[in-house]
Amino acid sequence: MPRSSSNIKTRAWLLGGVVATLLAAGCDGRPNDPDGRVVVRYWDKWSGSEAKAMQQVVDDFNASQDRIRVEYSSVSQINRKLMLAIGGGNPPDVAGLFGNTLAVYAENNALTPLDKLAAENGVTRDDYIGVFWDICNHRGRLWGLPSAPASLALVWNKKLFREAGLDPDRPPQSIAELEEYNDKLARRDENGRLIGAGLLPSEPGWWPAIWGWWFGGDLWDGERITADSPKNIAAMEWIASYPERFGARDLLSFRDGFGNFASPQNAFFTGRVAMVLQGPWIQNFIRDFAPPDFEWGAAPFPSSGPDEEGVTLVETDVLVIPAGAKHPREAFEFIRYANTQGPMEKLCIAQCKFSPLKEHSPDFLQRHPNPQIGTFLELAKSPHARFVPPLTFWVMYENDMKQAFGKVWTGAASPREALAEVQSRLQAEFERRRARWDRVAAVLQEGWNKQP
Amino acid sequence: MTRREKENLRTGLLFISPWIAGFLFLSVYPLVATLYYSLSDYSVLSPAVFVGLENYRNLATDPIFWKSVYNTFFFAAFALPLGLLVSLTLAILLNFDLPGRGIFRTVFFLPSLMPMVCLAVLWQWMLNGDLGLINNALRPPLDAFNALFGTNLTPPNWLQEPVYAKWGIIFTALWGVGQAVVIYLAGLQDVPRHLYESAEIDGANFWKKTWHITLPMISPVIYFNLVMGLIGSFQVFAVPYVMTEGGDGPERSLLFMATYLYQNAFDYWSMGYACAIGLVLFVVILVLTILATRLSARHVHYEGN
Repeated sequence: MPRSSSNIKTRAWLLGGVVATLLAAGCDGRPNDPDGRVVVRYWDKWSGSEAKAMQQVVDDFNASQDRIRVEYSSVSQINRKLMLAIGGGNPPDVAGLFGNTLAVYAENNALTPLDKLAAENGVTRDDYIGVFWDICNHRGRLWGLPSAPASLALVWNKKLFREAGLDPDRPPQSIAELEEYNDKLARRDENGRLIGAGLLPSEPGWWPAIWGWWFGGDLWDGERITADSPKNIAAMEWIASYPERFGARDLLSFRDGFGNFASPQNAFFTGRVAMVLQGPWIQNFIRDFAPPDFEWGAAPFPSSGPDEEGVTLVETDVLVIPAGAKHPREAFEFIRYANTQGPMEKLCIAQCKFSPLKEHSPDFLQRHPNPQIGTFLELAKSPHARFVPPLTFWVMYENDMKQAFGKVWTGAASPREALAEVQSRLQAEFERRRARWDRVAAVLQEGWNKQP
Repeated sequence: MTRREKENLRTGLLFISPWIAGFLFLSVYPLVATLYYSLSDYSVLSPAVFVGLENYRNLATDPIFWKSVYNTFFFAAFALPLGLLVSLTLAILLNFDLPGRGIFRTVFFLPSLMPMVCLAVLWQWMLNGDLGLINNALRPPLDAFNALFGTNLTPPNWLQEPVYAKWGIIFTALWGVGQAVVIYLAGLQDVPRHLYESAEIDGANFWKKTWHITLPMISPVIYFNLVMGLIGSFQVFAVPYVMTEGGDGPERSLLFMATYLYQNAFDYWSMGYACAIGLVLFVVILVLTILATRLSARHVHYEGN
């Protein structure tokens, strides 16, 4: 049966061919832009109203000239997706990252250094609140420009202060005073279960690694990890005082009763905690989730001594050009546009943040939806404004500190033990990563010198 | 080989080429690549640098890795036998000829249709120390006990306390045994009726029939569920990852091997190290599966033999 056998063979070839085609597919074939503009693909982590704010800036940019069209996409879990897109050789031209990930992207040769592009366009440190420019620099090069920045402050509920007999307009000035306030603000039900507290360092617990800053400690000194320095231990001892006073299990059970941050059950909005460490965005959450009569204030977080007054964490989202981007010059043109006063203020007002630029328009603070934005802005300008160490394993550092915090919070380990464990593990990791950097530094630096 | 045989072979190979391609590109290549990357310093973005056994040496002295190994074995040691026992018991009960049997079968199967993430979020609330249903049920008997004996027992904060956290995850895993129950039910319905009938004539009771007929007859199904359960429990990831919002849990009590692999690969940018963990996990599962096969060989009866 020669005919049917050849028929079978044809089908087999067809099947094999289909598979081969499927395997070969998956390369992106983008159609050219119909009106001849250069298409700049831009990924950012924002979604919802934050994305809408950036989309407006993008639309304004596209309308302001006729050579470039920026296409914005909201990309969740951007760190992982960008890592894979760059590794796969098909990255977007602009990406929005968190400033504290610049070190790891840069040292993995995943970004385009922007020094030359910035110099050509006259962008310098003087245009910015200095600390935000510094966040964007690593290993002597500029890797991105800020988009929406933030700083942290003590945010308190004035009504609860009043009910506890405290002056609603006078936040605690020192850690010692904070603890006096905590004693007055703690409430228990008839069975002795905790139902209200002043400040709990575990709520919402987003920055477990940096409490030492308000005690004069630091996380590294450039040469060594300093997780177990005496001042960091002092901060951890302050953390340990909570389970001692309130009972470890009581605290856990109290916290288990809190709802999600972005919900009306947020412990701060329901009055279960009277103070939190938060950024300027809190205004958006108060607007959406807090009771209508919610009264609040913001002030520098209290510190252990006068030398640490005005300590705050500053962080910023950054716009970067991934390595291997097809249109770096056009991409920078957009980044530059987003870093001019008008567009930047539009973005930051919509996202409820202040502008990272040194000069803001005269009515910026009045136009801003957050009545306390001036406090956050002043904190960012404070000489004690700090950002997290530019280490390629910062996520690991933060996670280990979170674990140490957890152990101290439940009384499972003493502050000294918990931090000694972090110290030994991270110092070893620090040395491994440094050895890795030494291996590749010369080649990378040479490559970066040739960038556009 | 004649010309015709050769042609047949080629045609045959072409027909299974989708599978061959899938196997080569999606199974063999990743496995070989994992082996290579596990011997290198690799972060996905920069080219891999060969470092020999360094990753494995670091693993050997990494206390957190050993903690994840301990957690994984602990979880498997309890979740696997409990899962087998619960699912087999449920299957035997659901095999009784009772009114509404179909409804019960559906009810017990339903949870396994639920996506892992929903299951995790649901149990997060069930196990909540303050508002959870489980603690709500535990509080009255504990209060009564306290009143009688003057003790001061309180229910645990399941997912916040390291001693209880793994048990929380084990209970959650038991809730999803529906899949295994269905497979057991299929096996149970295959057991020939005449075996039970002749045993009944000889005066065997329910337990004797279960021990001497049911279990040997469905032993291949038990073996299958054992191996699948083994693989599943050593790869436990999604539920604890979602429940703990990052995968560690209190004092890393819910950090499993798969979670630590994931953290290293995607959070810490240590893909080489993650590959080494992956290979260790692969070898562990392989060895245990071989052991299970060897040990159960005498007890598994295939009808064909």
